[in-house]
Amino acid sequence: MLELTGVIPAIPFFSFVLLAVFGPRMARRAVSVIGVGSIAASAIVSGIVTAAFISTPPAGWSYHEVIWQWMSVSGFQADIGFYLDALSVVMVLVITFVAFLIHLYSTEYMEGDEGYSRFFAYMNLFVASMVTLVLADNLLLLYLGWEGVGLCSYLLIGFWYTDPVNGRAARKAFIVTRVGDTSMVIGLFLIFHRLGTLNIQDLMNRATLQWPVGAAVAVAAAALLLGGAVGKSAQLPLQTWLPDAMAGPTPTSALIHAATMVTAGVYLIARTHVLFSLAPPVMLAVAVIGAATLLLAGCSALTQHDIKRVLAYSTISQIGYMFLALGVGAWSAAIFHFMTHAFFKALLFLAAGAVIQAQHEEHNIFKMGGLRRMIPITFWAFLIGGCALAGLPLITAGFYSKGMILWGSWSSPQGGPVLWIAGLVGVMLTSLYIFRVIFVAFFGEAQIAVEHPPRLAKNLPMVVLSALSISAGWLNLPPYLGNKLWLNDLLYTALPKVAEKQVGWITEDWSEGIITAAFVLGLVLAYELYLKHRGATRPLSDNALGRAIHELWYADWGFDFVYDKLLVTPVVWFAQVDKRDFIDKFYDGLAALSRACYRALSATESGRMRWYAASIVGGTVVFIFIVLVL
Amino acid sequence: MILVWFIAILVVGGAACWVVARWSTAVCRWIALAVTAADFILSLALWIRNYPVNLLQQQDWLRQVNWTWFPDAGIHFHLAIDGLSLLLVVLTFFLGIVSVLASWTEIREGVGFFHLNLLWVLAGITGVFLAMDLFLFYFAWELMLIPMYFLIAIWGHERRVYAAVKFFLFTQLSGLLMLISILALYFIHHSATGVYSFEYSDLIGTSMPLHVAIWVMLGFFIAFAVKLPMVPVHTWLPDAHTEAPTAGSVILAGLLLKTGAYGLLRFVVPLFPAAAHWFSPVATILAVIGILYGAVLAFAQTDLKRLVAYTSVSHLGFVLLAIFVGNKLALEGALITIIAHGISTGALFVLVGALQERIHTREMDRMGGLWQTIPRLSGAAMFFAMASIGLPGLGDFVGEFLILLGTYKVSVGLTVAAAIGVLFSTLYGLKFIQRAFHGSNIHHWELHDLFAREVVIVAPMILILLWLGLFPQPVLNTFTVTMDKLQQTASQQYQAYEGGQQ
Repeated sequence: MLELTGVIPAIPFFSFVLLAVFGPRMARRAVSVIGVGSIAASAIVSGIVTAAFISTPPAGWSYHEVIWQWMSVSGFQADIGFYLDALSVVMVLVITFVAFLIHLYSTEYMEGDEGYSRFFAYMNLFVASMVTLVLADNLLLLYLGWEGVGLCSYLLIGFWYTDPVNGRAARKAFIVTRVGDTSMVIGLFLIFHRLGTLNIQDLMNRATLQWPVGAAVAVAAAALLLGGAVGKSAQLPLQTWLPDAMAGPTPTSALIHAATMVTAGVYLIARTHVLFSLAPPVMLAVAVIGAATLLLAGCSALTQHDIKRVLAYSTISQIGYMFLALGVGAWSAAIFHFMTHAFFKALLFLAAGAVIQAQHEEHNIFKMGGLRRMIPITFWAFLIGGCALAGLPLITAGFYSKGMILWGSWSSPQGGPVLWIAGLVGVMLTSLYIFRVIFVAFFGEAQIAVEHPPRLAKNLPMVVLSALSISAGWLNLPPYLGNKLWLNDLLYTALPKVAEKQVGWITEDWSEGIITAAFVLGLVLAYELYLKHRGATRPLSDNALGRAIHELWYADWGFDFVYDKLLVTPVVWFAQVDKRDFIDKFYDGLAALSRACYRALSATESGRMRWYAASIVGGTVVFIFIVLVL
Repeated sequence: MILVWFIAILVVGGAACWVVARWSTAVCRWIALAVTAADFILSLALWIRNYPVNLLQQQDWLRQVNWTWFPDAGIHFHLAIDGLSLLLVVLTFFLGIVSVLASWTEIREGVGFFHLNLLWVLAGITGVFLAMDLFLFYFAWELMLIPMYFLIAIWGHERRVYAAVKFFLFTQLSGLLMLISILALYFIHHSATGVYSFEYSDLIGTSMPLHVAIWVMLGFFIAFAVKLPMVPVHTWLPDAHTEAPTAGSVILAGLLLKTGAYGLLRFVVPLFPAAAHWFSPVATILAVIGILYGAVLAFAQTDLKRLVAYTSVSHLGFVLLAIFVGNKLALEGALITIIAHGISTGALFVLVGALQERIHTREMDRMGGLWQTIPRLSGAAMFFAMASIGLPGLGDFVGEFLILLGTYKVSVGLTVAAAIGVLFSTLYGLKFIQRAFHGSNIHHWELHDLFAREVVIVAPMILILLWLGLFPQPVLNTFTVTMDKLQQTASQQYQAYEGGQQ
């Protein structure tokens, strides 16, 4: 059944073509059937492929299929080929399944929109690109998927194009991620130049043979790829585009800017983990970027009042955890967290979307309130998602995946207490900012009357994702619950095991306990500040220092400001100044000069006898003078 | 003989159009369409019959005609075709069809004379791609200028005369330099061998001291660099592209620029390998400057056609870079870029022309929100803009990727700078989409979406770009043999020269 792999991206691609060409003339119902049905079919096929892969694993736990040869030029070869192993199987299953739920949700969310078929066309193209990215057997095809998802992200952020603000956010996302992509493509050149192939498995084999650990070229290659990963996954210092990307329709934010595309960087690093293992300095950089990002974004999330922006910063922060895991070599923990995060963050966004539509497109949580009673399913969904995000112990999925990452951040050979503490503080921040939203928006007094309460197409995906946000964690049960690591065991067929070192007094159980304490601390703080004593934060925002910090965090630590002054302004300035192309001035000068000569010479032809005679005499004198003297 | 037919059909067809237009402009248009279509089908048939292109070692050409013209001066009427010329000729006739269709409703004055000029430009371009006698080559080179001058000067927009004169001066003056170089080569060859010949295969391998070779090469180089265009001799291009009628812009961007690239590939490098090698640092640096400068200036423009015109400066910078980097990866990439740029930029000019026919302006400030009223045209423009900014899966990406991959072997610094140029292309691509099609329709345009005729033009161009982007192998294979030959000649020359030095 593994031969069906190629079908998974093909179905959404063809439905994209169908919708792009005929969509505008189709009935809405037909658009829904094609748009959602294609993703459902794709999800079913990936379910079949996954079942086949696990029940009768192919030799070496990997399956490779070349659909056709893409290009072959004097030693360079790239195929349209797919590579299936535990890593890509897990990714594809999660992507198609979550995508299906979000597409289903969108039929209701977008029902009144005039761009209905355009929306589903873009979304289908996105799924096709994302699956291609994950299944690609070589870096060039991966790059095709990579740019494809970037394009869809741009198109969907700017989906409501009549508002220039959305267009601006869309362009920002495209350009900032393309900065990272440029680094990545240079990495591709380097890798091909040194290793002679872009096929991922081949290049990793060759790299292990040719490059010693810590070789400069390995460091350069890994660092360049990291540049791409940082851009796509919105990590420091290229994280600035993601909060603005919330301008897109909420299902888009759920699918692209939370569950799937933004984790492409995590996937890239896990996929090419051999290169990163050969470059310890880059591994350290990955871990540090992850730790710093999760803290900075966590602080920013605390200060936002737009519900989607809180979730956006939360996404940046959670991907920071995944980077932290990758950086310490806990590959499978990163993928585990990718999976649980895909479920609970998609859930949070879908619930937020339901809230926003029920509240007349209001995004500000402080203008909401009391939603708990008015839209109970949405409330429960958001609560479950929030608990999973914050890591409510034992029950929710986020607890298990985050616990595994934190334990790895200390116990792995590359880890240490500093990274662990950063992660721990992050847990407290997470719990604080998400319960702040829950308490402010869902509790207290009702402020806006509810209209468009969610119906079946919205509720069903939320219910399913709620179930997954709880149960997905049980795929990896920690030691005190029997140490049943089903998902990890599967992933270990494709990724190296997490190494452990002795870390003295602390054990995994203790680590989990302390994390729980941090979670409770955040929860209690949120309860005290935002539910019990509303306005308790007033003294903080009243003093100058508090306000300055608030503004700094609110403005994402000033990154946008610096980039604007340092990069955007000079380019725009130069373009403005040189619009008429100053090189052309040189030719204008030539033209003016020849015209001047023409005028000067034609002026001599005045028709005045005296002038001619004087010229002849003068010329003769000069001539004789030259002849005599020289 | 088929090679003569290619040109004869165009020349006779052009004359027929002129005559017929006195009675019926419709018939004139249909004749022009039939003529270009006939040539296109012939060239396609030639390609299919000769695919895969396998030249034997001693056989240089797939087809050739070689008639003595002025025997005393060693001038022949020598047309020949190989993989490189074949691809360019197919592109020429395809864009010929596009140009005729694009002018269907745009050109209403002097229809007959317009089509005469249009078909004769194509004849000149075909001649340039096929001529293997330098005298004949120069003849064809000049032949394509004059009709082009008329196309701009008569059917152009507001500043057409200025643009046409500028175009003519730039190309004519640089062409004269090439004439001097051709004659110099001719006499150097005579003094070395005692034979007067303009024949390409004779002149290859003419040995001369490096300092002489450099001067002679520069004559050729400047002529081709102006056409390409290379910064800083590019300034005729924005004016000419902007002021020309749609068909003129399509031919300028799609084909005339490519004659410059073709000249560099066919003549400069094989005839003067050592000089070209000596010159390559300058050429590659100018190429990268062109990539960056063209992209930034495209971003600065508010006139749609000017914007697209500057993107050509940027894209052709890649071609120049590839030719002087000179390894196979880069050269194959250059060929894909030549074709893909012809299609994607040609299509953009067609769409901008279609837009101008509807709203009578090219100024982006007068647009905005057009997606609402003309979604298909906007979607198509988005597609070609994405091709232009190098989205993988479309033709331009394959070309630029291979060029950069090849360049990396020679210079990391140039590769990085050129890759930043690709990044800059995002700026103008997105500005183009934003200012024209996104935003709100503040000028309340209510326009007709793509007509059937326009769909017929644009749909094949979309398919070709997808084909080039996802399965470029047939094109690469067609070029490979020719490229190997060109490289072989160049490296033999170069080694001979190096050997002579020691």
